[in-house]
Amino acid sequence: MEEREFTQEMKPPAHTKSPARWLKDNLFNTWYNVLLSCLVLVVLFFVFKVLLTWAFTEAKWGVIPANLQLFGVGSYPREQIWRVWSVIYIFCVLVGLSAGIWGALTLRFALVLGGIWFIGALSPFELSTRGWFLGAVATTVVSLLLGRGRTNLRPWILGGWLLSFPLIMIVLRGFGENGVLTSNWGGLLLTLILAVVGIVVSFPLGVFLALCRQSDLPAIRWISTAYIEAVRGVPLITILFMGNILVPIFMPGLDINQVLRMMLGITFFSAAYMAENVRGGLQGIPRGQHEAAQAVGLNYVQTMLFIVLPQALRSVIPAIVGQFIALFKDTSLVAIIGLIDLLGVARSVIANPDWFGLQAEVYLFAAIIYFIFSYSMSYGSQEIETALGVGEH
Amino acid sequence: MENNSPKVVSGKIPFWRDIRVLRILFQVIFLLGVILLLVILYTNMLKGLRGLGLTLNLDFLQDEAGFDISEGIPYEPSDVYLKAFWVGILNTLKVSVIGIVCATLLGLFFGIARLSSNWLIRTIATAYVECFRNIPLLLQILFWYTAVVGQLPRVRESIALFGGVFINNRGIYLPSPEPTSGLGIWLGFLGVGLLLAVVLYVVRWRKLQQLDRPGFRAKWALPAFLIVALCGWFLTPGRPFTLDLPVLQGFNFKGGMRFSPEFSALLIALSVYTGAFIAEIVRSGIQSVVKGQREAAKAVGLNESQTLRLIVLPQSIPIIVPPLTSQYLNLTKNSSLAVAIGFPDLVSVGNTMMTQTGQSIPVFAMIMTSYLVMSLTTSAAMNWYNRWINRVGR
Amino acid sequence: MRKLLFRVSALVLAIALVVPLLAEGEKGILDKVKNRGRLICGVNKELPGFGFLGQNGEWKGFDVDYGRAIAAAVLGDPNKVEFRPLKAAERFPALQTGEIDVLIRNTTWTLTRDTDLGADFCPPTFYDGQGFMLRKELGITSLKELAGATIGVTAGSTTELNLADTTRALGIEVESIVFEETETLYQSYDQGRCDAVTSDKSQLLSRRQSLKDPDAHSILDVTISKEPLGPVTVHGDNKWNDVVSWVVYATFSAEEHGITQANVSTFKPESTENPEIKRFLGLDESGGMGEKLGLSKDWARQVIAAVGNYGEIFDRNLTPLGLPRGVNKPWTQGGLLYAMPFR
Repeated sequence: MEEREFTQEMKPPAHTKSPARWLKDNLFNTWYNVLLSCLVLVVLFFVFKVLLTWAFTEAKWGVIPANLQLFGVGSYPREQIWRVWSVIYIFCVLVGLSAGIWGALTLRFALVLGGIWFIGALSPFELSTRGWFLGAVATTVVSLLLGRGRTNLRPWILGGWLLSFPLIMIVLRGFGENGVLTSNWGGLLLTLILAVVGIVVSFPLGVFLALCRQSDLPAIRWISTAYIEAVRGVPLITILFMGNILVPIFMPGLDINQVLRMMLGITFFSAAYMAENVRGGLQGIPRGQHEAAQAVGLNYVQTMLFIVLPQALRSVIPAIVGQFIALFKDTSLVAIIGLIDLLGVARSVIANPDWFGLQAEVYLFAAIIYFIFSYSMSYGSQEIETALGVGEH
Repeated sequence: MENNSPKVVSGKIPFWRDIRVLRILFQVIFLLGVILLLVILYTNMLKGLRGLGLTLNLDFLQDEAGFDISEGIPYEPSDVYLKAFWVGILNTLKVSVIGIVCATLLGLFFGIARLSSNWLIRTIATAYVECFRNIPLLLQILFWYTAVVGQLPRVRESIALFGGVFINNRGIYLPSPEPTSGLGIWLGFLGVGLLLAVVLYVVRWRKLQQLDRPGFRAKWALPAFLIVALCGWFLTPGRPFTLDLPVLQGFNFKGGMRFSPEFSALLIALSVYTGAFIAEIVRSGIQSVVKGQREAAKAVGLNESQTLRLIVLPQSIPIIVPPLTSQYLNLTKNSSLAVAIGFPDLVSVGNTMMTQTGQSIPVFAMIMTSYLVMSLTTSAAMNWYNRWINRVGR
Repeated sequence: MRKLLFRVSALVLAIALVVPLLAEGEKGILDKVKNRGRLICGVNKELPGFGFLGQNGEWKGFDVDYGRAIAAAVLGDPNKVEFRPLKAAERFPALQTGEIDVLIRNTTWTLTRDTDLGADFCPPTFYDGQGFMLRKELGITSLKELAGATIGVTAGSTTELNLADTTRALGIEVESIVFEETETLYQSYDQGRCDAVTSDKSQLLSRRQSLKDPDAHSILDVTISKEPLGPVTVHGDNKWNDVVSWVVYATFSAEEHGITQANVSTFKPESTENPEIKRFLGLDESGGMGEKLGLSKDWARQVIAAVGNYGEIFDRNLTPLGLPRGVNKPWTQGGLLYAMPFR
């Protein structure tokens, strides 16, 4: 939202200004702005000088390409790496088909994705890896072309997205001892799995909790309120510690692995926040909507599903996406618990005596990756808002 | 079809179809389910603990802790666990309170800067907000700790700033004010000044009311207080405070105030991260006051600062306060990430207690309760403030 | 159609989430390990010589070899073991909660740990003592001179408690900083965040190698504690504790009898005279000792074939670090390693 208003404010009038005029209007319009601009420019110059000198002469960026695979998948066994690629290909097919059918934002997303794979193919990886990347480009493009104009496929694609989720988990895990143990999942792969599972599961759970909190049955309302407030009152890290230490004590015999426990912790934590966001939307729906739905003869479930929730959720999209971003960033906390996610990999690379003293380089690299994902999510949410016209009626 | 329902109309509704009964029944079943779940968990826990040969009680809190805590209120390894936990709570509060102040200042500054008419300032503020909002806090904490604070020079090569400030990789050392016997006299001066200020404030307020004009009510009171305080400072024999300067003795600097690297890194990361969110809250709060209001204020003849003070702020503060409070709470909860860099906060100390005693369940309960108390008190205070401001505002 | 699609996918989603991530739960740990076909062993991942991850992701070290030995005894294959890296503070919760079957992570045997932490200790595999490492340039030779110094230590360890005890006994004030991770501790020490680190002497020696300039640091010639390090099992599973204990004794016993990785296969039922060796290697007619432990007849032979005897394990992992055997010798040579009789 903010970004949009901001750009509107900056949007130049119909006739283009000359650069000199633009400078005068935006930097040197009053005497104190002149002073301020000059001061800031001088400071910026020195800051950039220091940073750029460091980045181009002192920093040892060699640590990044040397550990790229570690950053990507952690200690995922090399001979099973085809599993990861299969997942990427499944994703490519779905994105390509969706882009062909829906166009607009999905199309832009598919193009960016294809671009990333293409860059990957050009990068100095091993030949096989570059081949995989090239294959990903081809898959995306082909499925995009296949999907064009086939609007009748829409329900199938939606179903495909839903199915892809368990399918991806199965492909990544495999079965039994011949598969890949979750303790070997790592790097960006683990970060993304944790985030996607968290988002996909905590959203419906959050909606459910919000409805419970709005229920007119006191017992249900109290318990869900107590849950939401209790979870929101404590830090995520304590919940993760609890999942790590207390779950096995409270549920002995239920031999849940650590990755799943972290997923559960993140999901249950996020659901409470999600519930509050959804409740905000529910409260904004006027009473009349409920009454009108009842008058038409809809029952509770129908009223909620077809009348109230669509409106309520639409109005709180920014808050919900904000929560998704927070969840994505919060997955990094599993590094404290001992999982080797993207941040965990960064820490273990730094700990390696071969890469002594390269904290700044490694952390900056990890920060950029996190930033790209978070920022694209917030960008996407702004686009969706614009498309749906949230807050404009 | 329409005529076959006289039975229902005449007879009573059977209880299994009575909506009121059903509602109660449903809730009872639900409650029973929840209780059953809790009972199962509880018995499981007892069984598990018995298997491990552990008992569930709080007696261990009175045992000697035996481990040292690197910062906080005075504490010895011979103190009991309860004291150690208390040190952790105070450390959490310390970093949270200072962090909240710093984050608010940063947020206010950048929030207003994002609305600046100067493109450069606006862009820098936007870059700040977008950068720090979108990177995980834990990563930022680790970055500040290992890549910035950890890279500072060693003790013997400390950076010495003016006025006895030293910076090295063991912390930031500042001179600390030590009260002397003259403090009492100066406090007397301060009391007199305060009294005078209150009187002047009331007088000016009355006068402004009489004139029916907006104005700065503390215009007389503030300078008066400052003058009295300053005079008192110089009139007190031997000054109310002396400065305790940090000096290098043996291994470390002694004397003065010290911010440990763990504390500094945590504080910087928390303030910068939360500041980015607060900046957004401030910006949208100010923007929510429609432009017409400002133009109207200008037309009435209010100047820039009066517009901000009398028109914009009173309308935007009620909008800003609720999200601001939740950011403050977030900061407090996020301070628990201290565990990653070894700042002895509530969670860190709790963790050590768990590993030394094996009493994970009671310690967990204590940690959770502490955070819940902090959160619920803050929420209660915010609700109270909201009601107050809404009453005053109307 | 659409509804069906939706229902099927919801079902698959639910199943897929739960099934591959769930494993089975059993009663005794020995049965659990046998059914799983894999031993889960909690180790250190940051301690060269004892437990660490090699360049190609393979586990190495003294403690790691004991994990392999147990896998060989129970499952007949030293590679059927999953190593779970644990921080000092994580190890007891992991053991209590059954996350790991056995903990072999340079863990000191103390009374409180034996009673309050739900742990059962097996015979120590390494007798260590706590020492101090500091820069040579400080010119310090005794503990008293450390007054006022900043000393680094890892969280959740006995070293943390011993340090507090020692400084109290000496009446000196030191500032101790506690690190969650061994790695951060030594990095911070190298950066000058603290003047000295205190830990088990073996750890100090091993970690000195990975400092920027190993020769600039020395280890003080004082030992402030006894640190008997050995495998740990969860309290209450005696059968499993027996298995781990006797695997340890097997490595001791093999060294006493001169049985090595190389010559273990040369012992044949017909050529071996010594009845104790016969019993030990399962060469006699009866079921042997394995049956009593719930293991196969030739379990000890598997152990020795997989990792060798104690001396071999020591020489492979610790001798390259410059660690002397000291008291970690068989009792026959005046050391503390004493295998209970295999009878």
